[in-house]
Amino acid sequence: MDLTAFAEAVGTEGPVTAVGGRTQWDVGGAVAPGTREVRAPEGILEYEPGEMTVRCGAATTVREVDEVVGAHGQLVALPDEAGATVGGVLAVGRSGVRRLGYGPARDVLLEARYVSAEGTLVKAGGPTVKNVSGFDLCRLLVGSLGTIGLLGEVRLRCRPRPARSQWFAGEVDPFALHRELYRPTSILWDGSTTWVLLEGHPVDVDDQARLARLAPVDGPPAVPAEGRRSLRPSELRALTGAFVAEIGVGIVHLPHPVDPPAPAAPDLHRRIKAAFDPTGRLNPGRQA
Amino acid sequence: MDTALVGDLRAALAPDRVRVGALELDLYARDAGAISGHAEVVCFPLTAEEVQAAVRVARAHGRPFVPRGSGTGLAGGAVPVGDPVVIVTTKMTRVLSIDEDERMAWVEPGVLNLDLTRAVAHLGLHYAPDPSSQQSCSVGGNVATNSGGPHCLLYGVTSAHVLAIEVCLPDGSLALLGGLDAEPFGYDLRGAFVGSEGTMGIATRIAVRLTPDPPAVRTLLLDFTSVEDAAATVSAIIAAGHVPAALEMMDAEITRAVEDFVHAGFPRDAAAVLLVEVDGLPAGTDAAAQEVGEIGRAHGARTVRVAADEAERALLWKGRKSAFGAIARIAPNYYLHDAVVPRTRLVEVMRAVYEIAARHELMMMNVFHAGDGNLHPLIVFDRRTPGVMERVMAAGDAIITACVEAGGVLSGEHGIGLEKRDLMPLLFSAADLDAQARLRDVFDPDGVSNPTKVLPAGSRCGDLQRVPEGVWI
Repeated sequence: MDLTAFAEAVGTEGPVTAVGGRTQWDVGGAVAPGTREVRAPEGILEYEPGEMTVRCGAATTVREVDEVVGAHGQLVALPDEAGATVGGVLAVGRSGVRRLGYGPARDVLLEARYVSAEGTLVKAGGPTVKNVSGFDLCRLLVGSLGTIGLLGEVRLRCRPRPARSQWFAGEVDPFALHRELYRPTSILWDGSTTWVLLEGHPVDVDDQARLARLAPVDGPPAVPAEGRRSLRPSELRALTGAFVAEIGVGIVHLPHPVDPPAPAAPDLHRRIKAAFDPTGRLNPGRQA
Repeated sequence: MDTALVGDLRAALAPDRVRVGALELDLYARDAGAISGHAEVVCFPLTAEEVQAAVRVARAHGRPFVPRGSGTGLAGGAVPVGDPVVIVTTKMTRVLSIDEDERMAWVEPGVLNLDLTRAVAHLGLHYAPDPSSQQSCSVGGNVATNSGGPHCLLYGVTSAHVLAIEVCLPDGSLALLGGLDAEPFGYDLRGAFVGSEGTMGIATRIAVRLTPDPPAVRTLLLDFTSVEDAAATVSAIIAAGHVPAALEMMDAEITRAVEDFVHAGFPRDAAAVLLVEVDGLPAGTDAAAQEVGEIGRAHGARTVRVAADEAERALLWKGRKSAFGAIARIAPNYYLHDAVVPRTRLVEVMRAVYEIAARHELMMMNVFHAGDGNLHPLIVFDRRTPGVMERVMAAGDAIITACVEAGGVLSGEHGIGLEKRDLMPLLFSAADLDAQARLRDVFDPDGVSNPTKVLPAGSRCGDLQRVPEGVWI
């Protein structure tokens, strides 16, 4: 399927939702019954390692993109779960546990072609990392849960794959580690054990691990997926009970669901939705 | 002079912070670019409340308003159009709070970029976006144009370093966009506001992310006998898996001008020099510096100079950042462009840019952020030469068109403003522009905040329908 066919599938009338890998399908609430399901194009369309960008259909899996760019020593800093699509991950907008080192998911999307509520193809952003040409609709699309446009094709920013990437763990103060270590890729904490992902030159990785009195481990802990809270980094100190927290970031992974908070500027939110989807046909029932 | 307007502004702010003198109106009629407008009155609020008051007074008198920081932009983004109230944030210069634990700070919009870094330097932190104008540009202005700077190659542009913004909306109310928690709920309004060039309101308070200083830094100067070799080195460095902290290029003309001005030891006979900075932990930094030097030599670098100490490093950077001061010694006027091309097309675009200058019989220099393809072709001229402005403008349009044809974009860090507004259709279709117009209208339904900027006339496709009752939004 190409973009034009995708736009035709979205059409101009009736409630519609784009389906990815359904790995985070429940985020934002259930889609209203009777909503038509469409699927974006898939496949890598363009990859120039020297540009460090990759262009692909939104229904391409994160894993496929990672494999293609990985063959050239690069990576795409999006969370990967089996079957998760690039479009789905961006529409949900949640970053993975490497966010401390790689930044949020919203910084990965450079350019998007999406289908508007009117069934029109619209381009947002541009092909280069540096770009101030018009308003930044890409940032608005990431995390919007498909409520202002349905992603059809995206261009993503790549990063170099580090020479060494190793998880470590120990019973150490994660907040002190955050101060002492230089730009670790991840620090996770469950209230007693601290896991750290160190990346870079092998000598630096070993030196940092020694400094932090950490031992190598196979990988990060199992991260509970039932609930997710967003806190300020300093608020993590007060956590109790069962959790895995992203130190320095503020995300808390919980084994039980939590109610979403309210947006900070509700009036602007309402007006954005009204401006981009005046009839409310895009992902009805979902709350971005 | 609109005496009622000025009187109300003076009552709301203070008489000495509402100015209508001819000299001041002239000063605030333009930014650092070539386009002039006309300000009806210029005011200098000290607080968010005074910004709100100035906006409300302007609205009550049926005037648009134009937010303005330090005025270092080149695209006419701060040029007053429609006899507006110009609201200047340069007196809002307080660093309100610094949170070392969370590595963030709240600042007022008028805080100068370099002053912010100075204010947190004792904590081993800095503010990563570092435009060449960082001694004089403000954080509020950086937010408006999503500014970059040499070090955004590795660290990202302004948008990646702004957590939250308190904004005075065009209706005079305050709104908080974004937040200090990891994933503020809802649409990324913060992201939408950054780079909006003053068309969505005025930032009154900004929460910025602070970056730890790297433990090791290596700064290298490589010189080449051809621009092509230098550009090929840039691509090869990236292709080898390195993203240096900065990767800057200067061509022959600008290198000579800078050397005569700063005496940093730049080779006066080089066709091009690359200034490369790598940073991070010691072993990785040393290895990267070594490899950058080898890649340069393999691509024909005559010499690879590694700054021996902080003083030498500072001198090399002084050369790069004072490039625009240096050219004042060559000709009285310059026109600086700002466009981005895919890194792999640098060589051909630079060749095209030199040909355009030759065709228009203009002197052209290039000093730019090569690592991210952000070209800054600089045309130097003497405005008093008859007919020269026409040639300068024609060459400028040809340069931008060449960049877009190579798959590039209109601006890397100065924005669209007025200068490039009518070039937007080179990049965007009617539907694309309509989507951007809708976003702008959400924030500024009456079109009073920096009117006529960014989007060309006719960007809106038609009136929007209302949301039906009961729709879940």
